[in-house]
Amino acid sequence: MKYAWPWELSRAGVLNMNKRNISYIGRYNPRKHYKRVDDKLITKQLALANGIAVPDLIGVVKEQHDIEQIPGMVLGRSGFVIKPAKGSGGKGILVITRVENGRYFKANGNEVTPNEIYRHVSNTLSGLFSLGGKPDVALVEGLIEFDPIFNGVSYEGVPDIRLIVFKGFPVMGMLRCSTAASDGKANLHQGAVGIGLDIATGRSLHAVQFDVPVDKHPDTHFPLSNIQVPHWETLLHTASSAYEMCELGYLGTDMVLDKNRGPLLLELNARPGLTIQIANGKGILPRLKHVESLKGPAMSVEQRVEYAKKHFCDKPLF
Amino acid sequence: MHSRKPFYIFVILLFVTGIGASIYRGMQHNVPFLPGEQVQSWAIDAKISFNGRNKPAEVQFSLPNDPAFDILVENTTSPGYGLTITNESNRKAIWSIREASGPQSLFYRVTLVPTGKLALHAEQEPADTELYLWPATEKTAAEQIVEDVWGRSATNLSFAKQLMTLINDDNQSQNMSLLLSTNNSTKLFLQMLHTKGVPARYVSGLLLEDQRRRQQLTTYVQVYQDGEWHLFDVQNNKQGRDNNLVLWEHAGGSVLEVMGGSNSLVNFSMLQDTRSALATSIDMMMTDDAMDFSLYQLPLEEQSLFKGILLIPIGVLVVVFLRVIVGIKTSGTFMPVLIAMAFIQTTLLTGLIGFLLIVSFGLMIRSYLSTLNLLLISRISAVIIVVIFIIGLFTLISFKLGLSEGLTITFFPMIILAWTIERMSILWEEEGPKKVFVSGGGSLFVATIAYLAMSNTLVQHWVFNFLGIHLVILALVLVMGQYTGYRLTELKRFKPLVGEK
Repeated sequence: MKYAWPWELSRAGVLNMNKRNISYIGRYNPRKHYKRVDDKLITKQLALANGIAVPDLIGVVKEQHDIEQIPGMVLGRSGFVIKPAKGSGGKGILVITRVENGRYFKANGNEVTPNEIYRHVSNTLSGLFSLGGKPDVALVEGLIEFDPIFNGVSYEGVPDIRLIVFKGFPVMGMLRCSTAASDGKANLHQGAVGIGLDIATGRSLHAVQFDVPVDKHPDTHFPLSNIQVPHWETLLHTASSAYEMCELGYLGTDMVLDKNRGPLLLELNARPGLTIQIANGKGILPRLKHVESLKGPAMSVEQRVEYAKKHFCDKPLF
Repeated sequence: MHSRKPFYIFVILLFVTGIGASIYRGMQHNVPFLPGEQVQSWAIDAKISFNGRNKPAEVQFSLPNDPAFDILVENTTSPGYGLTITNESNRKAIWSIREASGPQSLFYRVTLVPTGKLALHAEQEPADTELYLWPATEKTAAEQIVEDVWGRSATNLSFAKQLMTLINDDNQSQNMSLLLSTNNSTKLFLQMLHTKGVPARYVSGLLLEDQRRRQQLTTYVQVYQDGEWHLFDVQNNKQGRDNNLVLWEHAGGSVLEVMGGSNSLVNFSMLQDTRSALATSIDMMMTDDAMDFSLYQLPLEEQSLFKGILLIPIGVLVVVFLRVIVGIKTSGTFMPVLIAMAFIQTTLLTGLIGFLLIVSFGLMIRSYLSTLNLLLISRISAVIIVVIFIIGLFTLISFKLGLSEGLTITFFPMIILAWTIERMSILWEEEGPKKVFVSGGGSLFVATIAYLAMSNTLVQHWVFNFLGIHLVILALVLVMGQYTGYRLTELKRFKPLVGEK
């Protein structure tokens, strides 16, 4: 049978799109704070003010006539990333991993001409990638030198760590690894591998690609059953403190591990997707209800992380 | 967290108001619930003729006043006569002329629509009946019969019933034969009722039969009981009324009174007609000058505009359902509704082919534009202009080929098409052609479903004639906005989470 019965899903505590929108996003995410996460420039400034590490900002392109300054901005760098400040779902992110004699190359080795970069930035400024088509600005960021610990786990791209933070408690996490199918992007619907992580330890629990369980990376054949995400404690703390920073109750935090700088906050998401449940092989609803039922005085970041580690631990499903 | 109660009360109110308003409209204004419904109507001509005596003449003619029939149109033809119509409880036409000489003809024409309300309720309690006094020769015979029947009856109605049976009995008593030799049966019936003070009166009725001419009114008797007048056809020994009988006059007066003329006579001819129930109810509303919320009061051009606009809520409802309950992804939230609106003009197949042609040509042109490195605004604008070229070209080609269907392609909303092309082109570049087909196919699927809903004649009839339906749609959309259950597509998506059993 290809379809599940609704009550089976409900018993498994699976959160669905309508309920997420009405009961979590609508109820816990006040509209006025959305710009703190929807505009990556503001997120970055807030994060810096709150002592949260983020990727370097090389420059911001705000006007069409500034576009041609990009080659000057990135001079001397081995790679850079251009992303729309208000992009969503990974749209419009251009990653240049190699610069040779003024020629730019993507992770898959394809060359990107300056003209293509200009057009991409021009589209970005016109709002092609932003929510609702609003005019946007483009951020030029330093390339993250990803931690070699993940060599083999990801193909042509940086794996990132998504944590769902509900009212400041990290409730569920996953590692997203790009594949050949996802074209170096870490978005699950584009074919990236999602690896569910234990909140208590940061160890892998379960892995899926295109919603189907896998136990090896499809391109590198790296076994996924025994991954330990380093700096797990810092990741949990960073994610948890993002709650105070942006005051959104239902939040997705995306972080990467840099070889030299450790965990960096990439972006925040006020409408995090539901696939994390499939990656964990577990519904998120019981944990959300658990946090909702908590009474008593507000906890500090440390207390919340400890609480989450104690209550949201899991056994591997491999 | 505030209570959801007011919301649900509001939704229920909307729902009930919507349904109620629609039912009221159907009942009160006879707007048919199904399109294409037919009703019978009767065209009746009354011809009044008399001979003038070279002096002023006044003609009083009772007009039909019967809850079982609505008057659709009425008019008179009476050259040279002044006409007033009194709208009191007994409607009357009064013709007058200073000098009438020779044979005179006056015409009254009316179109009646049956309402099915056969019961005749008395507006007020009838005044006490004057007791009838029998002539000495008949007194004993009549009183014997009346006392006998009175003793065997309980109510006015049962009294009247038994009297009528007795009058029409084949084995008549001597008393009855005596009375019938000097009175006709209807008159005798009324007199006997009046002897006991039972409220009863004459009433004139016209029996409707198709294509009859030179018909006369028939006299019946009405008997009052419990707020209602009951009809008795004594000559045919029948109680109650058929639905092909029009009560022309029921105040007990005369139908025609002519002063200053002689040999007055009224003749009726009638014709049955079948007309659209909807057209009839619109005509009725126009005659009544009902200050009702009807779009038929608008000029024709605005009416046809609204016929289109009022379909949008249906399309929107379909989109909300398919997105919230089923979970189909579309490119652009309400783009499918606009495409479906265009399909209504083009018909489905032509529309689908036209849409695919325009979008695929647009995508080709767009792929060239993308190499030019243009600003977004000018690129979209260029696509809009190109879309217009494409539409123009296809229209011209199909005209030359004699395909009249192709001409309707101009109904597609160009700006929407241009944005669709732009979005699909980006999708193609970023996620590959597969996603374009999935998203484009989803949009077309939703548009097709919306089209099928919107082009349904029943739906079109309801959204335009029963505006209350829109409140119901609003209520449904609000309720679906509260739906926190699983979407149909999520049952498949989250299947891995319930494990293989």
